[in-house]
Amino acid sequence: MDVLVFFINKVLVAGTVLGSIYALGAIGATLIFGILRFAHFAHGDMMTMGAFFAFLIALVFYHYGIYLPVPMGFVVMPLAMLLTIAVALGIDKTVYAPLRRRGARPVTLLIASIGVTLMLQGLIRLFFGTGQYSFFDYGETKSIFRIDMSWAGARPITFTQPQVLMVIVTVVLVLILNFFLTGTRLGKAMRAMADNADLAQVSGINTQLVVRLTWVIAAALACAAGTMLSLDVSLKPDLAFNIILPIFAAAIVGGLGQVYGAIAGGFLLGFAETLGVFNWSTILRPLAGVLPDWIVIPPDLSLVPTEYKLTVSFVILVITLLWRPTGIFKGAST
Amino acid sequence: MNSVSRAALLYLGLAVFIVLVGLWQGPANISLLLLQSTAFALVALGLNVQFGYGGLFNFGILGFVMIGGFAVTFVSYPVSKTFWTGEGPIWLLRALVAFAAGFALVWGARRLPLKGGWKAALMVLCYFIAYVVYRSQIDPAANYIEKHDGFIGGLGLHPVLGWIFGGILAGGVAWIIGKIALGLRSDYLAIATIGISEIIRALIKNADWLTRGTLTVSPIPWPVPTPGDYQDHGVAPAVSFIYARGGYLALALVVVAIVMFLIQRAYGGPWGRMMRAIRDNFIAANSMGKNVTARQLELFVLGAVLMGIGGAMLVSMLQIFDPGSYQPINHTFLFWVMVIVGGAGNNWGALLGAMLIYLVYTLSGPLSQALFYAISGWTTQLGWGAIPDIDSRSLQMRVFVLGVVIVLALRYAPKGLIPEVVRRER
Repeated sequence: MDVLVFFINKVLVAGTVLGSIYALGAIGATLIFGILRFAHFAHGDMMTMGAFFAFLIALVFYHYGIYLPVPMGFVVMPLAMLLTIAVALGIDKTVYAPLRRRGARPVTLLIASIGVTLMLQGLIRLFFGTGQYSFFDYGETKSIFRIDMSWAGARPITFTQPQVLMVIVTVVLVLILNFFLTGTRLGKAMRAMADNADLAQVSGINTQLVVRLTWVIAAALACAAGTMLSLDVSLKPDLAFNIILPIFAAAIVGGLGQVYGAIAGGFLLGFAETLGVFNWSTILRPLAGVLPDWIVIPPDLSLVPTEYKLTVSFVILVITLLWRPTGIFKGAST
Repeated sequence: MNSVSRAALLYLGLAVFIVLVGLWQGPANISLLLLQSTAFALVALGLNVQFGYGGLFNFGILGFVMIGGFAVTFVSYPVSKTFWTGEGPIWLLRALVAFAAGFALVWGARRLPLKGGWKAALMVLCYFIAYVVYRSQIDPAANYIEKHDGFIGGLGLHPVLGWIFGGILAGGVAWIIGKIALGLRSDYLAIATIGISEIIRALIKNADWLTRGTLTVSPIPWPVPTPGDYQDHGVAPAVSFIYARGGYLALALVVVAIVMFLIQRAYGGPWGRMMRAIRDNFIAANSMGKNVTARQLELFVLGAVLMGIGGAMLVSMLQIFDPGSYQPINHTFLFWVMVIVGGAGNNWGALLGAMLIYLVYTLSGPLSQALFYAISGWTTQLGWGAIPDIDSRSLQMRVFVLGVVIVLALRYAPKGLIPEVVRRER
């Protein structure tokens, strides 16, 4: 039983948390790809930016001594989302829209988005330096839940309050998105445009509106993902680059342009990363008494060393690209 | 104004700019900047071969630059006696045998006349077994070497040999990458190459037994007489630095000139024309009987060789190999800015872009620092207090400036400062 609890603590909880964040980021990246047909590299920085907006707003609340039973980061998230959306729309208007009007190729937009990445990253570091920040340095405590497992003679299952809220928020956001995409006229227009932009336009769909809407959704989800990631671990200006590649990997594994694929890809990669660095020898330890003497279970049986955790995503990404470039669910291509 | 006089004018402007910067920063500093910019220029030329000639979206430049850096470290760093006299080589040999065995297993499994799901399952199993066998040998080898010798040391050869080896090694890796990834188009290729370069970065950074990892290797030998050598012959220290850097610069310029000559010839010849045909319309080129993927592989390898040489030159110039210092911003995206601003497809443009952007990138640090101190002075006078940590923050302005430059260039000069000359025969 101890072994199972250990597995739940190390893999199930960590994988779900990481998977939710990847999924939220990947939905945004995949939507932008579906509608605007380019890989939006600045998505990781939009996440960092959203997290810093949330952090700043939370700081204001802390300053006035306002503390709530739930972490402030979650409460201020809608406000931070609004700010992130505003910035995203501004960037689209000043950078991407002129290029689109000129009829630039998608790859030009990709390079432009790298420019945006650099600008955002420069600005974020300009204001926040290169240090680490935490929402919980200002008087709030991260409450830890323990599910008592002593009836089974095992250690408790532990997770933190932000982790629970994170999963709830992810589920709620995905449900809202699902309702929007399948139940509303605009959502259907959006899916139509992702399928075939020209056909959507001649059918009278307001493509400008759909483009703006894409940015709204992508930015809001990016802000949520960034804030939740920084609530779970810490807030760092260079969060972005470590996260953008797994997110693209998730989006590609799920098939670019496919929202549900992105969710599946996000969780797949989240679990793959945690399972990759998971030390299997703990699981095998109970077998030690049964096995013959000449088999010794080594102390470290993880598939990849911890320092290669992120590499797991890249390897999966590369394998997917080579084996089935359109992703598990069939994706779009430029 | 025709394109040649435009280019000449721009180069003249660059020369004036360099002289002005030299007056501002002093001769020692500008010689260092010029040195580094020549190494960066080589890498930019490599990218121009890949992207400008062939339209390949290689966003994994960092990987090749890093491989070049590792290669020159390995070739030119002094020989480690403790490693070669100890058990290290035996351990490594065992790891090599394990690797070969794993490779043979996978290779053999590929040949089996199986089809469909069974074959896939077998392949996965074989890869897994090969991986486990290799790990079971390399891990103790790495532990032994790290414990007894630190790292495997170098071969103690001349740095220029290291540059050549850097080119060969980067080219070899590029061949493997190209073989598996070049079938992908545009966005997918860009993301795949980034992923691969991050894997290379993680490998080099964490293979402490091979590269000393984040502990860094220094001093790496300098290919021409060092300031110390000049000082031994009675040259004043301040002047000796200029001599030494001047000597290196001369050597680097020779390399750039040779490369420039060769790739210019290649561009103008039938080979270059074919590459442009593939770039502009690979379907048409394919229907004319050109083997698109094979030709692109040539370009990819050639570009990577230049990147490897550039990366090697950079390391032997800095005299330190620090895998932790390689960042996608200054080792991948910076080169893209150089080529796009300079003019993709035009080597003179890429060269100009490399020099110009490198200077702009490095100088925007001290410039913004001066600006911040000025602003800080005002805010102090107004009673708002000074800006904290100006020195570390102003460095970040470089990243922002780079972003602004690329966005502006894409919007207002998408073909670059010296655009590619499209010749039409009448």
